[in-house]
Parts: sequence; C-alpha cells; structure tokens
Amino acid sequence: MYLYPVWVRLWHVLNAVLIIILIVTGISMQYTDKENSFFIVSFQRAVKWHNVAAIILTFNYIIFVTGNVLSGNGKYYRIGKKNFLSDLGKQLRYYSWGMFRGEKHPFPVTVDRKFNPLQKLTYVLAMYVALPLIIITGLGLMFPETTVNRIFGTSGLLLTDILHITVGFLISVFVIIHIYTCTLGARPNSLFRGIITGYHESEEH
Amino acid sequence: MMKLPVGLFCLFLAVHATAGPVSGSGQVQSTDTARFVSPFHEKNEICFKCHGQDRYEYSNENLGTVVKDIMCTDRIIGRDGFYGSNHRSFACTDCHSADYAVFPHPGELRMELKYNCLDCHGGDEAFATYSFEEIDAEYRESVHYRLEEYGFTCWSCHDPHSYMIKTRNSSNLRETILYDNNICMKCHSDLSRIRLMAEEGEADIVNKHDWLPNQASHFRSVRCIECHTRISDSILVAHQIMKKEEAVKLCNECHSQNSLLMASLYKFKSKEQRRDGFLNGIILNESYVIGANRNKYLNILSIVIFIAVFAVIGVHIVFRIIRK
Repeated sequence: MYLYPVWVRLWHVLNAVLIIILIVTGISMQYTDKENSFFIVSFQRAVKWHNVAAIILTFNYIIFVTGNVLSGNGKYYRIGKKNFLSDLGKQLRYYSWGMFRGEKHPFPVTVDRKFNPLQKLTYVLAMYVALPLIIITGLGLMFPETTVNRIFGTSGLLLTDILHITVGFLISVFVIIHIYTCTLGARPNSLFRGIITGYHESEEH
Repeated sequence: MMKLPVGLFCLFLAVHATAGPVSGSGQVQSTDTARFVSPFHEKNEICFKCHGQDRYEYSNENLGTVVKDIMCTDRIIGRDGFYGSNHRSFACTDCHSADYAVFPHPGELRMELKYNCLDCHGGDEAFATYSFEEIDAEYRESVHYRLEEYGFTCWSCHDPHSYMIKTRNSSNLRETILYDNNICMKCHSDLSRIRLMAEEGEADIVNKHDWLPNQASHFRSVRCIECHTRISDSILVAHQIMKKEEAVKLCNECHSQNSLLMASLYKFKSKEQRRDGFLNGIILNESYVIGANRNKYLNILSIVIFIAVFAVIGVHIVFRIIRK
C-alpha cells in the first residue's frame, strides 16, 4: 500500500538526520569539559553544527507544516475526541500484552488511517508542541538579545535554555522509542523500508 | 584678565582596588558620590574653569585681547567624572605642582614627575586588602609593562581623574563589564593611541575576534581580561595581560563545569553561590553560560529516564524473542 509520498519521505529523512546531529551536538555542548574537551564533538564544532542544523530544521519544519496543509497529509494527525482515551488504552494494551499473545493489531494501517492512536498522540506532541517550542527557544538562544533579560529575578536566557534542553531531551527520548517501535511492523525492517520506498507492508503479508 | 588653566592636569593616582575614595590624608571616604562635596571644590574650580570643558579663554595682555581656544582632548577633565572617581576628594595640586597656578604654565612642568600607584598605596596597611604590591608584580609580567619605554603607565588604563572601582562596588555586572572593557577599548579601538606604543599595532577588535561565536553577546557578557590575562589566585582582578597568542581560545575554558569565569569575572561574588542544585550557581544570578550551568537534579533525572526507557525496551525485546 503506497502511503508515504515523496515529499514526506524527503522531509522525514532530512528531519531524522538533522535531529540526530542536533542531539549529538547538543549533548556535546552541555557536557564537554576542560579535561574532556571532546565529548563526542568539540564545543566549537558542536556550536557551529548545532546552529547550521537548527536553521535547516526550522526551514524543514516550515515545509512540513505547509505540506500538511496543502497536501492533506495533515488529516492523519487529527485526533478525534471520540473514544480517544479508550483507543489509546487499546493500543497500549496491544503493545504491552496483546502482541505477545498473537492478537491482531487493534488499528491496522489503511490509506485513511496511517497512524494508530498512540502514534497520533506522540507525533502531534512531537511535531506540533515540542518542535515549535525547541525552535522558538533555540532562536532565543541563537539571538540572545531578543530574549527577556530577567524573569522573576532569574536570567531569561537560563530559563529559555532549560526549556530548550528539556524539550531536546524529551525529543531524544521520543526518537529512541520511535526507532524501536519502527521495528514492530510486519517484519523488524518493514517499517524502515516503508519510509524509504513509500510502500507500507501489511502485517498479513 | 588672565584665566588660569591648570595646564597639565593629568596623571595622578589610579587605584586598582580601593573600595572608596581616599582623601589627601589617606582616609577612606563615603562612596555616595551624589552627595559628595569636595573640600577643595573652589580651589579645583580654578583648574576646571579651563580644563573642565572643551573650550577655554584667557586675556592676552600683549595684544590686549581675549583669546578663545580649543582645549586638547587629553587635557579635559570632566567635573562629573572626577567627583565620581575614587580620587574625588583630592585637590588638583595634591598631585600636580602648585606652579600650575601660574598662566601660561611654566614649560618645565611638562616634565613633571608623576606618581605611580605604589607611591601612595604601597606598603600601606589601609590598602593591604587590595594587594597593590601583587598587582604591581603581575603588571611587571604583563605585555603592557614592556611598553613603559613608550609611555605606558598604570594611568594608561586607570585614568586617575575618572577611575572608579567597579568589580567590588557595583551590583550590576553588565555595567562593570562595559566599564572595564571600555578601558581596553580606549586604546584598542583607536589606531592613533595604539600606534603611540606599537608601530605595527592594529585596532581591529571585531575582525580579530571573528572566530568567536555570538561575538556581540560575548563582548557584552565578559570582560576582555577574562581571556587575555593569566588567572590570579591572590588578587581579585588579574593584571598580567598575556601575549595575544596565549589568550584563551578554547571554548571549554569557560563553557564547562569548572569554568574559568568562576576564578575571574565571578570571583568576587562566588561566595554568594546559590544552593539550589545549580553548579556554578553564581553565574546564573547574572547571566547564562552554556556548559557551565548544570543542574545536578535535572542531570540525574535525565539519566534515570534514559535508563528506564532502555529497560522497558529491553524487556519488550526479551518478550518478543520469547513469544516468537
């Protein structure tokens, strides 16, 4: 089943590469030290690459949002109020219990339903909450003169950075879980193949 | 009528680290400059009449005319600057010859010997806290000391007519940084001044520092001396300016848990360190330095969450293998 159009695949692969660069360079900036000046990447290089990747990611994000609006891909991210929690419960139960007992997927992938309820929720949180937050706070750090100097007596830059790092951390947790859950397709590599070829391999096959 | 400028009203004592102004008797005075009225106000006004602004006038009795002239920039001493400085309670003639009362000033006064810091502050118990002798020792190791043959002195940086202590007194760190950096910029952004001391000198600070990310932010947030002096354990403000090749260029010197800023810019305030889990908490009171401000609780929490995520994934994999 053809599920992922070319622009989504190109956006996704670029997004993935950029997020990995940002995580690696972000950790390097936070944890390099005088005694350990090469924590994965040197501070100076990490700053440069983090900034470059962040700017590209911002443009890529704009493409994602615009593409979703124009192409109709955005419909897959719409969360309906009806049965939302119970559907979420069903999906969680499947991952933690049902799949080990050979139960059928409660929300099989179709052309109209690309994501299960758990995917929808996490993708919406990642793409429409975390990404905007990390981009805005990142711009605040990149252009510190635009950041409020003091908030309740504390450095505005500090609060901006704590938010940036916290969201970055949550995104890195999301990436780990996302990569792992992508091994839960018909075969461990079929979902990875899908996002490269555009064709989703159903579990029945 | 002859109006008397005090002529060479320049170099007197700069204080590297006095908390308040000192009077002629050496007593430390109040730091409230707004209320300060100099006991020598009237006497000093004779000098300020010409040297307090950019124009002066005097009667030329030979010509029978009043001559108006422009005061040389380096000879202008602003009243506000002087009465706000650490040396505000002095009379001009405490440091300069009383012969300046004569106008035109006798030519030989140009060769007047000038005091240096230690002439007044050296070996004085009242100033022991400020370690003038150690400052002098560091200065003698500094690249600036080598320029003394071209006229460099303590006053080149610490103009005795306007210098005021900032690091110990100001609660506004940004203001201190700006004030201290302006001392460097006075020469290092002025090709004429810098070439008085070094023929090959350049005043191209922005391009010389183009390697520095967020340059404007760095210039606003740290002093030049943070990177250009050797860290001193014994004095508050390091005075050993290093060769440019030896300046700090490694980001991690500051952007790390044991940031050198704690031994320089934040040294005086480090005693007020926060105790809310932030390492180098004092830096947070004033600014934010990536890599230098780490919160141990957030660090621990992030590691715990990572371990938990991998543990859940590990268990899930095991069950998948078992149930295959």
